[in-house]
Amino acid sequence: MTQSTSHQEPAIGLARLAQLFSMLWQFIGLGRVNWGRLMVIAVPYFWLALFFFIPFVVVFKISLAESAIAVPPYSSLLDWDLEEAYLNIKINLGNYLFLWEDSFYLDAYLSSIKIAVISTLLTLVVGFPIAWLIARSEGTTRTVLLALVILPFWTSFLLRVYAWMALLKKSGPINDILMAVGLIDQPIQMLQTDFAVYIGIVYTYLPFMILPLYTALEKLDMTLVEAAADLGYRPVQSFFAVIVPLALPGIVAGCLLVFIPVVGEYVIPALLGGSDTLMIGRVLWDEFSINRDWPMASAVATVMLVLLVLPIMLVRNRADDQEGKA
Amino acid sequence: MKKQGSWVLWGSATLGFLFLYLPIISLVIYSFNESKLVTVWGGWSLKWYGELFRNEQILNAAALSFKVAFISATLAVVLGTMAGFALQRMGKFKGKLIFSGWISAPLVMPEVITGLSLLLLFVALESLFGWPAGRGTLTIIIAHTTFCMAYVAVIVQSRLAGFDETLEEAAMDLGAKPSSLFFLVTLPLIMPAILAGWLLSFTMSLDDLVIASFVSGPGNSTLPMVIFSKVRLGVTPEVNALATLMILIVAVGVLVAMFQMRKRPQPE
Amino acid sequence: MTIAELSPEQQKDTNKAAAKNPLTAPAPDLWRDPNAKPFVVFDNVTKKFDDFTAVDNISLNIYRRELFCLLGGSGSGKSTLLRMLAGFEQPTSGRILIDGVDMAGIKPWNRPVNMMFQSYALFPHLSVEKNIAFGLKREGLADGDIKKRVANMLDMVQLGHLGKRKPHQLSGGQRQRVALARSLVKNPKLLLLDEPLGALDKKLREETQFELMNIQEETGVTFVVVTHDQEEAMTLATRIGVMNTGNIVQVGEPHDIYEYPNSAFVARFIGSVNLINGRIIEDEVDSVRVKSQDMDAPLYLNHGISCAPGQEVNVAIRPEKIMLSRELPEQTDNRCEGTIEDIAYMGSMSIFRIRLDSGKEIRVTQPNIARDMGARFTWNDRVHMYWDVDSAVVLTS
Repeated sequence: MTQSTSHQEPAIGLARLAQLFSMLWQFIGLGRVNWGRLMVIAVPYFWLALFFFIPFVVVFKISLAESAIAVPPYSSLLDWDLEEAYLNIKINLGNYLFLWEDSFYLDAYLSSIKIAVISTLLTLVVGFPIAWLIARSEGTTRTVLLALVILPFWTSFLLRVYAWMALLKKSGPINDILMAVGLIDQPIQMLQTDFAVYIGIVYTYLPFMILPLYTALEKLDMTLVEAAADLGYRPVQSFFAVIVPLALPGIVAGCLLVFIPVVGEYVIPALLGGSDTLMIGRVLWDEFSINRDWPMASAVATVMLVLLVLPIMLVRNRADDQEGKA
Repeated sequence: MKKQGSWVLWGSATLGFLFLYLPIISLVIYSFNESKLVTVWGGWSLKWYGELFRNEQILNAAALSFKVAFISATLAVVLGTMAGFALQRMGKFKGKLIFSGWISAPLVMPEVITGLSLLLLFVALESLFGWPAGRGTLTIIIAHTTFCMAYVAVIVQSRLAGFDETLEEAAMDLGAKPSSLFFLVTLPLIMPAILAGWLLSFTMSLDDLVIASFVSGPGNSTLPMVIFSKVRLGVTPEVNALATLMILIVAVGVLVAMFQMRKRPQPE
Repeated sequence: MTIAELSPEQQKDTNKAAAKNPLTAPAPDLWRDPNAKPFVVFDNVTKKFDDFTAVDNISLNIYRRELFCLLGGSGSGKSTLLRMLAGFEQPTSGRILIDGVDMAGIKPWNRPVNMMFQSYALFPHLSVEKNIAFGLKREGLADGDIKKRVANMLDMVQLGHLGKRKPHQLSGGQRQRVALARSLVKNPKLLLLDEPLGALDKKLREETQFELMNIQEETGVTFVVVTHDQEEAMTLATRIGVMNTGNIVQVGEPHDIYEYPNSAFVARFIGSVNLINGRIIEDEVDSVRVKSQDMDAPLYLNHGISCAPGQEVNVAIRPEKIMLSRELPEQTDNRCEGTIEDIAYMGSMSIFRIRLDSGKEIRVTQPNIARDMGARFTWNDRVHMYWDVDSAVVLTS
């Protein structure tokens, strides 16, 4: 017996220690904390706080600074000297004033919204028949059609835009075909126009429109359409009286999924648009990389965030809530 | 009349699909074009594929992109799954509303804003703490992880929401303790969502141009950045070849995945 | 000598013997023995969710080898009662004992209880075999033992050939049997079944009812079944507990509940019934006479009740216990006259809706014992209805 106790002594010591610690934890009020739960919440929480939330604070701060020829190229807001006990806060609202006064920026915002609205509607018109067809087909046909929609989505966005550059060129196949058919005598300028931008946007964002539409239309009970027909509605009438209202959540979701990223789009106007295609994402990029005016770029970003992104997120949350209630 | 309607429908849908695929098909065809002039057909050739594999700039960029995509997809899956769990299964906690806002915001955030804000953060951090020292692979990985984890979180959360909670009760009823529940029941059931989240993150990271351009340093060009700088100057046949290869890989991957899914249909 | 008279050790032996040779051991009617030791005890159990009282101070004994049915509509508290047995809910107050052990604080995974879920809750990522083996693996049994027990279980539910399939490859009836096998394989002391037949179609449900009863007799496990289907409860149960708004309103064998409902609620909930409102006019020890506004003849019943003279009561009479005739019956009590308003021909029987002169509607069912029975009465016929003294029941609540 004595021998065995001596063997167990370290274990008992450890147990005592553990007990002591647990008493300590309870004493400082951590005894009931579920450490696993805390970890699961805290790790992603702090990651997002550090790499998602704080960056916006930094952007806002720098938007109030002045551009400077320095590394990094902006002035600091705070000057302090502990020995002389002074703190100097310098806030520069000049960037925002400039945004307001120079119509270039306002035009860029408005033109971005215009392009986004038009291309969202175009995407809806192109996407709806496809979504409807997939939703109404069955079995293998549906799987294949769905795969055909999703496949381009998995291929590189950049390369898909690039593909249109080749097609729309003056010496590209579209001009060749049109001339061969005799519709035009001279190649028309399509690349570097707003037309090319619309084509590019509709093309790259089509899957984002089709998938939510499909999900909504798939749930739609076809007997409702039959009931409408039975009650005297022509197909077009029942489309607007029955199908559109019931598919509305999908339509809204699809439109938002297209509209929001398009507003800030940079690659498509840069590659397909002309120098006169004004979009705010491009302005921000140029301000940052060509003019190296980081405070101005930050001001553009802040305004974009407050005027475009936040309202849309609020709308989206409300739409989500309503869908949840329904 | 019904027939006519479906004819119109099929017609417009076919046009839609042509619209989706013609550019890709033309890209593939021109990648085999012998001629340097992209629009002039000079006969079939694999010349540009050879050029592609001799182009070190592209190869290095591809290697960097795959490395970044792999690491950030993996990190995003870990963080995103945790976040999805926190939102769906952890009940109420302080700041949950803010947290769910932060999770869904990257989905709608214009890339230029995300890119700019992260760059400014890295610069500020470096001047304050000396970390991260300079910008390069690490900063790209952090940026990609951040926006990809939001997608993973949303996918995992929706899978958890559609999850029959009686399954967990059944497991407990059969003697499983809550601590082992996760690995016995929950993880195997949300595995498809986690895999989907990983794949999505991987492709998004591989595809990202804007954010990477903001947060990468000199000499750290990812594949999209190299393609973009080449393409800006006009159409180049090597990029056609590269695009064809990437489309091929993706097509094979997606088809295999779908075939697998069909073989093991998901429970209703 | 019944099982209840044995000492606890002997009881255990008897149960072992019963498990080994089930067919020789019919279910003992322990609940009829006032000295029997209950197996499951609800002792003043209340469960509240915020302000809502799901279970309201219930006391109930369930005995070994019973197949006890909790019957009630949705929101009656029956599922909460079951979930408290499984350990997924804790009573707000009161005690629950299983085999003499207080279950307070015992977690679901440590209880000698298994549950068959209404949705079956089969793990979609595991095959049928692995679903059944799931609980055994937690016990740390050797692989060989697990295999053997799973195989035995699969044979018992006649699914031996489907062990490798995944749940989604099975029909509804097969899934139901996998769920049953999975919950039985751990030899629980108590098996809880939540709407076990709810997801099956009518024909399969009837077949499965008998199968379930056979399995219960074979294994000797105590079953507690929750159901909203009164027919299911009547067929399956040794005893039924009828629940309403968190209370158990009546406990009894199916026959008692049907023939002697203790309230208008129970009478209406189980089967269909005619309730005739009236006043006590004569109250003897073993008989009672009731006068109703709806009929000229008094109602006479050959069972006594405890009530005040002149008290208002309901007399319940089941439709199949009323006889029809064109001639005035000889008896002077328990009869009335009316006009046939509707006849529903159901094949094995016909249902008549007959309007009394007072406006009261009486429902009568008649078995179609001869092929031309349906033609004997027709719409708008005047008919006499009459019944025996022991056919009706007086309900005071």
